[in-house]
Amino acid sequence: MTVLQVIFLITAVVTLGGAVLVVTVRNLIHAALWLILTLFGVAVMYGLLSATFFTVIQVVIYIGAIAILMIFAIMLTRRVKQEAGSSVNKGWWLAGLMSLVLFTALVWMFSTWSGFQTTLPVMPANVDMVKVLGTALVSPNGYVIPFEIASVLLLAALIGAVVVAWERKS
Amino acid sequence: MSDPVNSIAEWLRMILSSWGLSEGLITVILGVLGVVILASFVLIVDIMLVWIERKIVARFQDRFGPNRVGPYGVLQPIADVIKLLIKEDIMPNGADKFIFNIAPIIALAAVLLLWAVVPLAPTIIGADINVAVLYVVAIGSLGTLAIIMAGWASNNKYALLGAFRTVALLIAYEVPMIIALLVPVLLARSMGMQTIVAAQSTWYIFVVPLAAVILFISSIAELGRTPFDISEAESEIVAGFHIEYTGMKFGLFYAGELLHALTVSALISTLFLGGWRGPFVDQVPILGPVYLFIKSFFVYYLIMWIRYSFPRVRIDQMLGFNWKFLTPLALCLLIVVAILDKLLVGTSQAVYVLVMLGANLMIVWATVLILRKYARVERKRIGEERPVAVPPDTESSELVGQE
Amino acid sequence: MISLSYFLVFAAALFCIGLYGVLARKNAIAILMGIELMLNAVIINLLAFWRFRSPEMIAGQVFAVIVFAVAAAEVAVGLALFISIYRRRNTIAADEIDLLKW
Repeated sequence: MTVLQVIFLITAVVTLGGAVLVVTVRNLIHAALWLILTLFGVAVMYGLLSATFFTVIQVVIYIGAIAILMIFAIMLTRRVKQEAGSSVNKGWWLAGLMSLVLFTALVWMFSTWSGFQTTLPVMPANVDMVKVLGTALVSPNGYVIPFEIASVLLLAALIGAVVVAWERKS
Repeated sequence: MSDPVNSIAEWLRMILSSWGLSEGLITVILGVLGVVILASFVLIVDIMLVWIERKIVARFQDRFGPNRVGPYGVLQPIADVIKLLIKEDIMPNGADKFIFNIAPIIALAAVLLLWAVVPLAPTIIGADINVAVLYVVAIGSLGTLAIIMAGWASNNKYALLGAFRTVALLIAYEVPMIIALLVPVLLARSMGMQTIVAAQSTWYIFVVPLAAVILFISSIAELGRTPFDISEAESEIVAGFHIEYTGMKFGLFYAGELLHALTVSALISTLFLGGWRGPFVDQVPILGPVYLFIKSFFVYYLIMWIRYSFPRVRIDQMLGFNWKFLTPLALCLLIVVAILDKLLVGTSQAVYVLVMLGANLMIVWATVLILRKYARVERKRIGEERPVAVPPDTESSELVGQE
Repeated sequence: MISLSYFLVFAAALFCIGLYGVLARKNAIAILMGIELMLNAVIINLLAFWRFRSPEMIAGQVFAVIVFAVAAAEVAVGLALFISIYRRRNTIAADEIDLLKW
């Protein structure tokens, strides 16, 4: 086993363990904190895929913004009764079964694909990936239209969130 | 002997490889060693900061400050640490034990992690990653997380209030901070710290002083220091998120807070004051950390000066200041700098710097004009006759009747 | 030697755990957490395919950036909706928000 494999396995176990706790723990704040651990694990995965930019972006967006917003929302919408009852609905075993079936099906499908065992190709040397990505996102020959649409989407989400959460005083 | 750190590392690498260790393992060992040395060095500086901070605040307040333990009281921090270590460790009732215990560790670790990207000398840096500026923002969000965890786990209303206030503050002031951070990134055309320092043949504070000021103000807010210390606000919510912490757990928060101030100073020095740049640093790289720390302590002194001279502002004033003033100003500056940078391609360094500086001063002038106009309107509004609280007519007649 | 299979299986597992969360949890915010896990699995897949199949093309990373933007937008609107619902109905349990089931 190479060092890379060891790091991958440890990260995978921690991440998946965290993910399982996210969907099973009853206390929602704890679930959010486990979610943060899981997101960290995923950030390490991006690092293993030599996408450093995404590692940092993952921490900024998911942990710095999304997870903290979630903790906020959980604190703002707490109710005593909620914590007493079951945290899962009646069909939880069906959901678990479906997830298992889907996982098996996905792994089986992947394993029949010829590219499943592709080994790590060498990264193109002397290329600043961040620079290439930045240029691609704003160059007219690249992906400027998806980029602009994403910005419009974010703006729409911003306005939408303000409108929806606005407390009307009447 | 021009670069002791790297020569020692080379020497250790030779010794380790003569022991027959593999190349990968040696890299890991040297990496861990580097982390331990850097972290311990920073923490020792942190202990000294306690003394510096207390001594300087005493001078601001016309006192002597610590002067009993050791000469000039320099051993006072040691006494403080011993005191904190032997305090009783109190766990509040109904606290979430694991989160309660891990929050101070994350708070201090979030600050220590920032030192990984601070370039100490041309050849000495923890990790010269090409997204260092984003890394700083990312690690900053970990500090927010630690505060939320501490506030929530304490099972205390004041702590939770403090955490809420802090998060509102941090999320708000992150916006102008990131925009201000973008300005040096734009000028140096890189997010790597070493590249930014190397690009500063003219310190960026002389090119874009406004960005430095915006970053400085929003950094003070991120630190939660006066005038932005509503997250602690002793007179309102007692001590905010660390109200329930005792002993060394409180000590970790305290150390993290002090070190955060120095770290932010180091980052500002790196981004705007030329980092390790200074005379003879090319011949003797070991002078780099000295210059960096001189500059950092200068910025740190400014932060302390503001801290002990200003009163606390209300939370609505603070958020208003951020959203209505600082963020638009930062956006405006970023747009102007980006356009000018494009227009000035190919001009000489002197012209470039002068035009940029002029543009910055123009923005400042325009801002001052707008502020004066606003102040005139406000003054008029405040000066107007306002309705005085009078009881309704019926009651007042009753009162008259009773007399 | 690490191969594409590692990342694909890992992402599939993460996706299925997220799916379980979405299907089984009652609390709406917990459902949103499950969706986040699924989105993360998608990003891992995108980046893994980029890294292992065509590291010289940037398209994989651009896709991932767009997914990040969508995720952020979705969470902002989703949480605003939950807070709004909580104000009106004093609950965010998904099985109690059943006004349309009259």
